[in-house]
Amino acid sequence: MAPAVRLSRAVALLGRFPALAGADLLVQPGEIVHLSGPNGAGKSTLLRVCAGLLRVVDGDAEVLGVDLRRTPRDVRRRVGLLAHATFLYDDLTVEDNVRFAVQAARAGTRRVEPALGRLGLDGRLRKVEVARLSAGQRRRVALAAIVARDPDLWLLDEPHAGLDAAGRDTVDDLIREVAAGGRTVVFASHELDRASGVAGRQLTVVGGQVHVTQPFAAPAPETLACGA
Amino acid sequence: MLRDAALVAGKDLRVEARSRVALNQVAPFAILVLVLFAFALDPDRGVLVRASAGLFWVAVAFTALLAVQRSFAIEVADGARDGLRLSGLDPAGIFLGKAGAVAAELLALEVLLAAGVVVLYNTDLHGIGVLVLTCLLATLAIAAAGTLYGVLAAGVRMRETLLPLLLVPVMAPVVLAATKASEAALTSAGTDAWPWIRLLGAFAAVYLAVGTVAFGPLLEDA
Repeated sequence: MAPAVRLSRAVALLGRFPALAGADLLVQPGEIVHLSGPNGAGKSTLLRVCAGLLRVVDGDAEVLGVDLRRTPRDVRRRVGLLAHATFLYDDLTVEDNVRFAVQAARAGTRRVEPALGRLGLDGRLRKVEVARLSAGQRRRVALAAIVARDPDLWLLDEPHAGLDAAGRDTVDDLIREVAAGGRTVVFASHELDRASGVAGRQLTVVGGQVHVTQPFAAPAPETLACGA
Repeated sequence: MLRDAALVAGKDLRVEARSRVALNQVAPFAILVLVLFAFALDPDRGVLVRASAGLFWVAVAFTALLAVQRSFAIEVADGARDGLRLSGLDPAGIFLGKAGAVAAELLALEVLLAAGVVVLYNTDLHGIGVLVLTCLLATLAIAAAGTLYGVLAAGVRMRETLLPLLLVPVMAPVVLAATKASEAALTSAGTDAWPWIRLLGAFAAVYLAVGTVAFGPLLEDA
């Protein structure tokens, strides 16, 4: 089976600045990989590259079997990216935002209801305009849109940021479920304790390069399935 | 492509229906422009009547600038433009959808402006069929050009001031042709309007074709 992510000496620019400076990364399908590293190290850039949003100008980059240097658009519909920006429309309701994301990705709208319920956005909240939500709630909506789309590769940039304790636990459970279902998760987080309880492997990003690989004591697949 | 266009147009129109920016801000602005022209030319009502077609289309051009600005302001907020790129929607579909939504808003505003011209300028409407065709083609051309330049300006920090600078010269020939066609419809019941209508059709076709091809690369690079 082809790797979920395979970067080899990948270079990506932000303006003229090499935000990704020859990064190597190999992630297998079903893996949960945690990216750590200081601010500005290139974690978000790495996730944007994997989502096909940032062009790779040198090296090799392949995601879900798609060559990112040739056809980055082909991978986007199969990837879910939770970024610092939530990609939401302020004037639309929670439900309308999630429904639009699902319809755009040509995924079935039957997953919208369960996704909203899973993120605690059902009931009264689903009809509320996103502009009236807190930062944490907006993040839940963005995550619900990814859950409803159920992509093959989940790229989560600080998925715990802005969430309350229950929300953080929900995110951890979701990540475990997704991987147990055979999809791949790569997430960046500064919360090392939480990450070590979820991820199977930790990579450290420094200066736009993936430097260190540290295996966590990964939970057995049976445990993951029970968590689901 | 058409499915994606319908999805994007529906989303944009739903945003406008909820935010009511077009109703509460753009429409009053359009009427204010007409009123200002009336104040400026009031001493000579004859000039006002003769110039009503041109004043109408200048007012449409101003409101089009606002409509296009608004269409891309909602995509810039909270990274929604990256959301569109990530969605996997066909860029040509996104272009047609956004242009369609802008055109729908402009057509609604043109109905309001036409009523304003009749009431404020005492203009009698003749050649309704020709006027409607003129409005449809000119609006398509303006919406297509506006959407194309809107995405170009969307990635720039000074987009609010850049967009009029880019768009007004492109809209100028459309406004000229639409004014000539409208004048012909009002004065000669449309017999002299057809060359200008054919020109408007050509503008609409060219801007739609160029936009369908160029929108994707511009969305990626903006």
